[in-house]
Amino acid sequence: MTEGTKKPFIVREIRQQFPALRQLIYNKNLIYFDNGATSQKPQVVLDAINMYYSKDNANIHRGVHFMSQQATTEYEKARVTIQNYIHAKKSEEIIFTKGTTDGINLVAFSYGELLSAGDEILITAMEHHSNIVPWQMLCQRKNLVLRVAPINKKGELIIEEFDKLLNSKTKLVAVTHISNTLGTINPVKELAAKAHAVGAKILVDGAQSIQHMSIDVVDMDCDFFVFSGHKVFGPTGIGVLYGKEALLDKMPPYQGGGDMISRVTFEHTTYNELPFKFEAGTPHIAGGICLGKAFEFLSELDMDAVQKYEKELADYAQDMLDTFEGLDIIGEAKKKTSVVSFVVEGIHPFDIGTLLDKQGIAVRTGHHCTQPLMDFFQIPGTVRASFAFYNTREEVDIFIAAVEKSINMLK
Amino acid sequence: MTLEDKQQEIIQEFEMFDDWMAKYEYIIDLGKELPLIDKNKKTNDRLIRGCQSNVWLDSTVVDGKLIFTADADAIITKGIIGLLIRVLSNETPESVAKADLHFINTIGLHEHLSPTRANGLLSMVQKMKMTALLNLDKA
Repeated sequence: MTEGTKKPFIVREIRQQFPALRQLIYNKNLIYFDNGATSQKPQVVLDAINMYYSKDNANIHRGVHFMSQQATTEYEKARVTIQNYIHAKKSEEIIFTKGTTDGINLVAFSYGELLSAGDEILITAMEHHSNIVPWQMLCQRKNLVLRVAPINKKGELIIEEFDKLLNSKTKLVAVTHISNTLGTINPVKELAAKAHAVGAKILVDGAQSIQHMSIDVVDMDCDFFVFSGHKVFGPTGIGVLYGKEALLDKMPPYQGGGDMISRVTFEHTTYNELPFKFEAGTPHIAGGICLGKAFEFLSELDMDAVQKYEKELADYAQDMLDTFEGLDIIGEAKKKTSVVSFVVEGIHPFDIGTLLDKQGIAVRTGHHCTQPLMDFFQIPGTVRASFAFYNTREEVDIFIAAVEKSINMLK
Repeated sequence: MTLEDKQQEIIQEFEMFDDWMAKYEYIIDLGKELPLIDKNKKTNDRLIRGCQSNVWLDSTVVDGKLIFTADADAIITKGIIGLLIRVLSNETPESVAKADLHFINTIGLHEHLSPTRANGLLSMVQKMKMTALLNLDKA
């Protein structure tokens, strides 16, 4: 879809397409500020799920019959929709996975097979456990070294320190595009250039960026880009690994099974071509098709307007919270988006989260699967409000009043 | 007062509250009042780590009855601990082991004891029951 056909961004109209937002929680209108954990689903995605299982349900890539061909067409159409959305050069570069974690594990295993003892993996101090643990496991398996680029107190990557850790032994940089806890936007394009300058590859964890901004993997020049479907208005259990074709071609398969083979004998198996080489077994067909619908939905939106709107919403919330005595915003990067994490002196995040819940407001509390980051800030966790384009300023006002009420009760 | 009487008493207390915030206000007050566990007893072997909040539990047997003291880093967790201790402490190991803590359900706090909540409370109750089982012969 070209720029000209994009619909103007009107939040009231957008909200109507998300039935989950129209419900009462403890007799209060739901305010859903846990979009960093998962997003709600638009009606088109819900309809597509229903339609798939009511009508098109059949196994794909192997059937001679009508329904199988229909399902295969829809599934492959979704792959192309996603390819176009992230501006990948070829649909073969779009691998369906279970989600971000699965995509990272695939790369850690498969790209990891190409590495040898002494090679280095460079991550940052703000990574989600999913972008830490698979690399630790790889390092143990292949005797590699894991390096961690530090961040400053604002929650920004210290580029000079990153540069110092990057060297000819670095084979992969794995970095989050947007921190799920802090909202920090990392300069991934710049980091990709730096990685490539020393001959390293770069994996960008897009779990928190794909739903908030336009993504162009070619312009970013990342070697891998991973994300989860459920955070981008699609179903759970489906995600995407984008990888550059030449690199994916070199990598051995991750899992063996049906669909990923070309010819099997008991002596020897030849593998299928991309993307199927990395998609063993019957995939999450409904998930893939409906994720495609989510991207069709997103394609109609002006993502620059969305990004601007979400940033304004987060800034507004942050400015209001900042006025509370004893409240500290965690993550004050110059470039951040749609996430506001905070702690209140003498009050446990869990208590605030529980009281907000009882006021109909869904936030996340705890360590957000970033325990090393919590250790860095020396806090047990934060309260995190994470916004999506269907949230409103009025909701933020109610949230702020609810936070104030909660703090007063807990003091 | 039997263990069941104590549960009924708590249920009656909670009937006074007509909304969630009032209920939680009361729990928070209980949390603030809870006698803290002895500082030197807040050790790692008494720590029950939850995903959200941490709980420390200590138990002793005095005159054939189990005495529990506990603490938590979150005040709501602490308030609910206060309720659990009120019911389970100063009871024989046998009554603790057999206790059906139905009051939690009735007053609407079961979510805090669900395995998904991961705040250490479910593990705490399990540990209390385990302690009771291990002390059955001391009654």
